[in-house]
Amino acid sequence: MIVRELELGLDAFEGPFDLLLTLVLKEELELAEVDVAGIVLQFIERLAERDELDLEACGEFLILVSALLELKARGLFPDESAELSELEPEEAAEELARRLEEYRRMKEAAAWLVERLADERDRFFRLGPAPLAPQPERRLAQQDPETLAVALRALAVEPPRVSLAHMELTYPPVAQFLERFRSMLRRRSVLDFDTELAGSSRVEQAVAFLALLELRRANEIAISQAAPFAPIRIRRAEQEISSSNERTPRWTVHSG
Amino acid sequence: MDRPLRLVAANPLDQLARTLEALLVVSTAPLTVEDLCAATEEDPERVETALGLLTERFGEGRSGIVLERVAGGWALRASRDAAEACGRLFERPVQRNLSQAAMETLAIVAYLGPCTRPAIARIRGVAADSAVAGLVERGLIAESGRDHGIGGAVRYRTTPLFERVFGLESMSQLPRLDDLGDDVDEIRERLHAVAEQRTA
Repeated sequence: MIVRELELGLDAFEGPFDLLLTLVLKEELELAEVDVAGIVLQFIERLAERDELDLEACGEFLILVSALLELKARGLFPDESAELSELEPEEAAEELARRLEEYRRMKEAAAWLVERLADERDRFFRLGPAPLAPQPERRLAQQDPETLAVALRALAVEPPRVSLAHMELTYPPVAQFLERFRSMLRRRSVLDFDTELAGSSRVEQAVAFLALLELRRANEIAISQAAPFAPIRIRRAEQEISSSNERTPRWTVHSG
Repeated sequence: MDRPLRLVAANPLDQLARTLEALLVVSTAPLTVEDLCAATEEDPERVETALGLLTERFGEGRSGIVLERVAGGWALRASRDAAEACGRLFERPVQRNLSQAAMETLAIVAYLGPCTRPAIARIRGVAADSAVAGLVERGLIAESGRDHGIGGAVRYRTTPLFERVFGLESMSQLPRLDDLGDDVDEIRERLHAVAEQRTA
């Protein structure tokens, strides 16, 4: 099969492939309108009519069609069209050959590298990041030293002292207040709890209150209060209690 | 006591050779003669002589480690006899599974670099993005500036690791481009023959 004589029936062109190429190269036919895929199809159809593959024809066809595609591609991209528009067939062929040559060489260079890599298969060496490479610089945003000072100052403040006072509390004995209330009630029949205890510490007041409850329990006094949180009134009980009835207070509070 | 002492107090060149040996063991990349001079504070001539001593001592077949001249410097590697054992213990991710596209891209960068992705694509006829990215990741090629002009494309060149992996003393060991592509002339003749028929 002679590729050049391949009869084509395309929208834009009808006749032998040979003529199509000539017209295209002489710019008498707009290549942009030629359906290259159609040419390929018609070639393959013709090829299929034969029993055996015509390698020679295939090779030639490939070269011609790739040349055609190259020209068409360039025609479609106006930037590079100026470069080729004036080209004679000889020059176009040369341009194509140059491109093919370039790729061909690189392909062979790649093959050489593949072979080389295979030869070096049994070469083991230590790998690591290049130690002499400059370390990438870590850039920080601009900082204000005053901001840092403020932050540090907040941390430098001495923390509030934890109170350990409760561990040292000592409770005065309830008996002491029992005696105190009794002696006062001997002189006066009515007492005001708050007034009597004014100036005492909270702990003393608490123990004094316990003494009060103790006295009430023993019926020595009567306690009254007008309203919640109102002053507590202490009144000597009606019946005199003999000293023999006195008991040692059961309420005792010890300091922890 | 005299004899062993004399042996230990080796001549200064042997002392230098030992220091070089130590430097080469510590380094993960080939060291140039300049690197070695700087570290030992010796002059190049003496360093070269000492390296000569070491090359003999650490030759293929003599020792488990071999001193080789590679990627423009000197480096230690495992002897080829030990390759099988090394292979059972270590992977070689840089070399493994390099595709045809990667090899062609590598060849283009090696010969024409620094070159851009569009330049690679123009020669190979297909986009080179993924091949380039893969080679960068393996460390075989690296960025090397940009094309001139505004928005110039990034250019790539091969790295010292490329030379090392392919066992090249230097890039000049690559075959000359002119020696490649024997059948190019044949293609050219055929193309011209076709063109002549067109003009006829």
